[in-house]
Formats: sequence, C-alpha cells, structure tokens
Amino acid sequence: MDKQNLVMIGNGMAGVRTIEELLKLAPDSYFITIIGAEPHVNYNRILLSPVLAGEQELNDIILNDKDWYETHGIRLLLEHQANHIDRRARLVHCENGVSVPYDRLILATGSLPVILQIPGKDLEQVMTFRDIQDVDRMILAARQYHQAVVIGGGLLGLEAAHGLKLRGMDVTVVHSGPWLMNRQLDRVAGPMLQRALEKKGIRVLVKRRTREIEGYSGQVKAVRFEDGTSIPADLVVMATGITPHDELARKAGIYCDHGIVVNDTMQSFDPRVYAIGECVSHRGQSYGIVAPLFEMAKVCANHLAELGISTYTPSVTSTKLKVSGVDVFSAGDFSGDADTEEIVLNDPFKGIYKKLVIRHDQIAGAVLYGDTTDGSWYFQMLREGRDISDIRDTLMFGRKNLGDAGHQGQKRAFEMDDGMEVCGCNGVCKGTIVKAIKEKGLFTLQDVRKHTKASASCGSCSGLVEQLLFSTLGGDYSQRPALVALCSCTDHTHEEVRQAIREHHLTRMVQVRDFLEWRTSDGCSVCRPALNYYLICAWPHEAKDDPQSRFVNERAHANIQKDGTYSVVPRMYGGVTNADQLRRIADVADKYQVPMVKITGGQRIDLLGISKEDLPRIWADLDMPSGYAYGKALRTVKTCVGSEFCRFGTQDSTRMGIDLEKTFEQMWAPHKVKIAVSGCPRNCAESTIKDVGVIAVESGWEIYIAGNGGIKAEVAQFLVKVRTPEEVLEYTGAFLQLYREQARYLERTVHWIARVGLDFVRTEILGDPKRRHQLYESLIDALRDRTDPWAHLVKHTSGPNQFETISI
Amino acid sequence: MNNESTGWIAAGQLADIPKSGARCFIHANHRVALFRTHDDGVYALEDRCPHRGGPLSEGMVWGNCVTCPLHGLVIDLADGKAQVPDDGNVPTYPVRIEKGTVLIRFPIL
Repeated sequence: MDKQNLVMIGNGMAGVRTIEELLKLAPDSYFITIIGAEPHVNYNRILLSPVLAGEQELNDIILNDKDWYETHGIRLLLEHQANHIDRRARLVHCENGVSVPYDRLILATGSLPVILQIPGKDLEQVMTFRDIQDVDRMILAARQYHQAVVIGGGLLGLEAAHGLKLRGMDVTVVHSGPWLMNRQLDRVAGPMLQRALEKKGIRVLVKRRTREIEGYSGQVKAVRFEDGTSIPADLVVMATGITPHDELARKAGIYCDHGIVVNDTMQSFDPRVYAIGECVSHRGQSYGIVAPLFEMAKVCANHLAELGISTYTPSVTSTKLKVSGVDVFSAGDFSGDADTEEIVLNDPFKGIYKKLVIRHDQIAGAVLYGDTTDGSWYFQMLREGRDISDIRDTLMFGRKNLGDAGHQGQKRAFEMDDGMEVCGCNGVCKGTIVKAIKEKGLFTLQDVRKHTKASASCGSCSGLVEQLLFSTLGGDYSQRPALVALCSCTDHTHEEVRQAIREHHLTRMVQVRDFLEWRTSDGCSVCRPALNYYLICAWPHEAKDDPQSRFVNERAHANIQKDGTYSVVPRMYGGVTNADQLRRIADVADKYQVPMVKITGGQRIDLLGISKEDLPRIWADLDMPSGYAYGKALRTVKTCVGSEFCRFGTQDSTRMGIDLEKTFEQMWAPHKVKIAVSGCPRNCAESTIKDVGVIAVESGWEIYIAGNGGIKAEVAQFLVKVRTPEEVLEYTGAFLQLYREQARYLERTVHWIARVGLDFVRTEILGDPKRRHQLYESLIDALRDRTDPWAHLVKHTSGPNQFETISI
Repeated sequence: MNNESTGWIAAGQLADIPKSGARCFIHANHRVALFRTHDDGVYALEDRCPHRGGPLSEGMVWGNCVTCPLHGLVIDLADGKAQVPDDGNVPTYPVRIEKGTVLIRFPIL
C-alpha cells in the first residue's frame, strides 16, 4: 500500500506522544506532518512551574529536539497557525497561505485558559499561565512589578503564586471557592494548605469573587471584589481553569460538545479525523493532566497503525501539588457519600492529615496532606479496585508496613539527599534519577529503568523510584497501569495470554504469538521464558519445553557465576545426607579440583567454580538428583531435627520435609519456591520466611505462606492448622498449584499475595474442599511424568551439544 | 591491510546449532560465539560481553539480539553494539555458509 499522509495540528505533549507510539508500532506507514503554532519544539509543559520558579530553564524541559523530528522524517511546520480544515478536499489551510493535504488528520489543539469576562481583563499586565510565552512574560513582569494577584486557588494558580513569590514578588491568591483547591481537597486539608502557603509569605483570600481589574492609564492598579473591597496590584494572573480548544474543529463542522467529541478509538464524527489530548471530550469528560492523555495517545496510535485492538476507557485521575515544601495529594471521590466510610488520621502538630474514602471495601478516594509518600500506592489500589479488607488495619500507615522499602531500608524518597543510593544493584543515586526524569522527560517506571537502570535488576527499589516519579511529576506521573502488558511485543496482559492458552488450547509458543498477534516473530527475552512457563503449566503433558526460551541456568541445569563457571547443588531431601553421598561429593571435589565446596543456607552442599564441559561428568559421578538450585522451581525444603532427636520436637519434621520435597520436586513455578518445616514453635528451620512454612505443634501442623527472606524480609502469614502429614501435603500442594496457575511469571508468592490478597487464597483453599483437592490433584498430575534433568542429560548428551566448547 | 591475508575457518554444521541458539568456538586466542537466529541469520561475535565479560553464547537469542546471561545487556548481533541505556561494542567476525557448513573469517596476524 502507498504511504498515506498523516497530518497533526498541534505540537504538544499528547500529540507528539501519539506520533512516538505510532512510530514504535508502524514506523513506515505514513508521511507525517506536524503543524505547530508555537515557535518551539515539543516541551514538557508539566515542568513550566519549575521554570517559572527559576529551578529549570526552557532547554531543560525540551522533550523532542529538532533532530528527533528530522530523524523520523517528520515535516515540522512551526509558527504555522492552522485556521481552516477543508474536509471535502482533505486539506488543512494555514494562516500564512500554506496548505497541507491529509489522508488522516489528528487534532491535538490542546486547551485555552479561561478568561474572566470582567472589566480590565485586556490590560497589558493581565496574564494567563499555560505555555512558555506566558512564563516568559511572567518572568519579565516579575522584574518590573511588585504586587501580584493570582486569581484562582487551584493547582495552576498556586504553582504560579509560588513561582512569582520565589521571583521576589509580593503575592496574593484570590479564590472564589470556600477553600483552596476545593475541587481536590476537603474542608480540613484546604485550610491546612492555606496556612502553609501563608507561612511561605503568600497571602490567601478565599470566598472572594473578582468584579473588576482596575487600571490607570493602561496599567493595572487594583483588583476589586464583588463585596466592594479591593487590593492593590500591578500584575494579575488569571488561573481560573482551562477549556478545550475546539474552535478549528467546530468551524469544520465536526461535532463538538465542550471539546471535540470522540469515540473509544479517539476518532471524531469524521472517522478520518482523530482528536487527542485536552481538546477532546470523551464520554462527556475532558482531561487536563498528562497521564490519561498518554493513554489516549497509545489507543490512537494503535488505531492509526491499523492494529485496532485497544480502546480508551475513562481514567481516574489524581492530583499532586508541585510546590516545594507543601505536600498535597488527592484522588478519586474524596468527599464520599452515604455509602462510604472514612478512615482519617489527623496530626495537626506535625501538619499531617490523611483521609481515605472507602466504598464496599475498596478505596474510592484519598486526600493526603503533609505526607504524600503513599499517594501512588493508594491510587494504584483505587484503580485496581483491590479489596482492602485484609489490610484495612494497617492501610493508613502506608506501604512501608507491607515491606516495599528501599535498598537500605529507606521508605521515604523525600527524606533522602541527592547523593544517596536508591538502586543498590546498579548504583544509581536519587539525584541522577530526578535529573533524568526532568531532563529526559520520563513518565513511567519503565522509562526510568530504561534510561538509568534504577530498579531494573532486583526491582526492590521500584517503590522508591515510583515515589521519585510521583514527587517530580505529581498527578502527571503515568503510573504502572493496573494491568500490565506482558512485554513490548504485545498489548495483552499476562492474564489475557494465559486465558487464551487455556481456552484455545494453545500448546506451542508460535501459536500463542500468532493467535494474539505478537508484534515480533520470535518474541523477546521477556516474553519467551514467560510463555514457555505458561504453556507447560497449562498443558503439562502436551506442551514441549523450549530450551532456547530458558535462561542459561535452566538450560544448563546449573547456576552461572560471574566468571562464566557454574555451581552444582545436588538434592539432599530435607537437608539429610549420609556418608555415601558425602564420600561421592568429596571424590568429585578432588577429581575435578573444585575450587570451593560450600554449605548453602538451604541445608545442601554447593560445588562452585565448575567449568561447563565438566557438568555432565560431575553429575554422572555424583549420581544424585538435581537440587534445582538454579531454577524458577521448587528449591530446598529446609528442616530442623524434630521429634526424632530433639527434646523439644513435637512432630517428625525431617520426615515431613523429605515427604514434601519428594512429592513436589522438579516443579516449575513462576519464580523460585522455598519450603521449610520446623518441629516446634521455636522454629529453627526459619519457616516464617519461606514461600510455604510448616511449624509443628503438639496437636498438628501450622501452615504459613508467602514469607520471604530475600531482598526484603517478609514474615509469612498464617493460612491454616491441620492435623496430619497427609493434610500438610494436600494444603501445600493446593497452594503451590494456585500460585502456579495465578501468579505472573517472575512474581514471588509474597508479591502475588500482596497483589491479590490473602483472602483470595483462603477462599480457594480453605473455602471448598473439592476445589482444594482438585488443585492438589492437578499438581500431582502435572508432575506425573517428570524426570531428573541431570540423569536425563547424562544419558542423552552425545554428539554436538551445549556443554562443549569447540576448538577449530 | 591484514584483511587481504585472512582465512576462512570451518566451524561445523549450521544444523548443530539450535534456532534462536548459539555455540562457543575457540580458534587461536579467539573465543567466538556463533549465533543462529529464528530466521536462520548467522552471526559471529566475540564471546565476551563488554560490561563484565559474560559469555554471550549462553544468552537468550531473540530477533537479531542476544541478552547477556550475567546482567542483561542487549547486544545487536549485526553490529555488536549494546542497546540503550548501555553502551559498549563487541567485535564481530564475518561469517558465511557453504553447503550447510558455517565458515568464520579470522584475521591472521
């Protein structure tokens, strides 16, 4: 097909993001022309406030420089004012006589500031706060004038006031509502905000409607209110809201109703004409912050690339004020109604106020003042509709209690200084991350990982990185969506992919990619291992394992070390061994001159520094099963001595551990799985930091789940107490199978439970004996034709194989 | 200049390398990772990641890339360049296939 002409009117963030998304999906499908009225390339409008405050320069906030447009072959017409769309001839006419033909057109004309229709509005020193020219004018004016009045006590007005104050002006904010930010804050937080601003030297007048801006020989002199009073002023900023800029569309006969009306694929009533961003009215709603606009951009790009599988659904938005030293967050329905309950924390002495609005055990809204650390966490649960009944008691105290803290235990990004390390794996400091967010225009956790590597390895500092995104970008931070695409090869989520595998009986990776229209022909290093696991989990006897889609450790059945050698850990059931095994291990250590022999934390023996060529021979000499110490699989079952020898032991914990290990060994899982069995509540086997921990008591066995001793220690939660060893096996197996079927690939039990809630597991496993038994039986069936991989490789490694290095 | 006096060395059958897989070869003091992509593209690169020296022949091969098994750098097989946000270069060797046999050209010093 010939290339079509795609023309976009508007060169702002939502529009250019659409083009970026389109270029990712279908780089060669259009000749692209962008018509922009401003003389600037696309810049980060979110950061206008810091520019006004003197913290950043225009150059720092450029998102796409001229090279970007050039590299992608985009024709950029700056300072071109589009003033007419001829839909019949499919032409856009500009004021300067240039006209551009289109096959498809995107309207990304943004919004206009609302101007109060009052006397004096046209005086020279009356300004708005929308674009870089406004900021330039304000900076210039701040040098010349002294008394600024900002009309409008919303987000934008307060940020303008803060900036002008920092530029040395005497500032008064005038607000007609009952308290500041009354569309985002309740009657407690609003006045708290007012007091904080007053402390910074900004005067605040609420419940004042402006009647007139009084001037004298062309100069602003005062602002007069409807109650007759007035205050002196020589600069006025109107920040009384925005309205969709849809005039061009209306003149072209495209249906508008407080914005260009679009459907769920961002098309206007003329299907050739798309609209995107603040100029849009989608299901009666317009948006003024970036996060939802970026979602629109994705959908629009998807449709333009003729993939046509994504649709836009209305977004819940959140707000965060970017005024240094004043922390305010608001999201959702913060005032509540007859159906809602409120959880409130109010500490006026420390200046902290938090309110969560709960409806039917879900968060419906939140207002945070003074400490907004957990804003993004609450917002995520709000969007996911997570049932909070199981964490209700600790909800108000934030995520830190659920263990998502930083590398060195820091929980609050704002308490860290710029030089402190956020990401311990890759050595990335707070200052580096914040700088990258601002200068490179990063909006998502993924963006930060890609550009700085922060949180890209073990991921334990993701929460801190999110806090940094959140405190730098506020409500514009594009949060990790509740449903994540499996990888960049597809828009489908983990759950959708697994459902398709089950319902359409897909047993091969290529079928999955074809059926779900993958964008790549052989996937990537993220989706391939996940798909391989999902297939063998869903169809254990039909799906064939693909070694090329496994990480080297699972392909070589040994653990790769930093110097390219491997480690070998044979299985010792329940941590119990004997003289014969130890003798063989010692012989192997001698024969192959093993550089280090080490006792592991999981009660086994690790042979380190083995070259790959030696692996099959060592396995043959050891004649012991693989310990799977390298796999996303059942690893160790740690035990204590138990009643056989220990004077405190209440049950035979070693026997229990051995039985568990023999029943579930060689089980692949979304991530590694560790089990422990302790013989009494003294818990010497450390059962409470394992994925499944069993603790014997006089009358039976207690089962704990979802503990973690790794990156962040997490105490396991009590699931159930049972009487017999058979029951321990059945409950453990049912839990493991539920985890195998439900958790996303690379999600440990602790993170899975944090996402779905303990109640979900309780209902599935404790609620219905039939369901529990069925889960257990599915796992036993999946393991029916397992073989020990070492024994298998010893027998079948001949001819050219993965273990040899060939000299030529 | 030495290019004129280089030789092609046979490195076994293409069929012995699995699709989306690799094998490691040693010739003189060269340690070479030979890659076969899903669509039968064949590439030879030094078997050493520019980051911490990881064996690229053990990495996962996808599209025209390999992911280093140690710390996940992604290397473009065609030019040996690391993808953003990392940088680094892996030396490449010319390869061709003759009747199913893979030949690698090594510089002769």
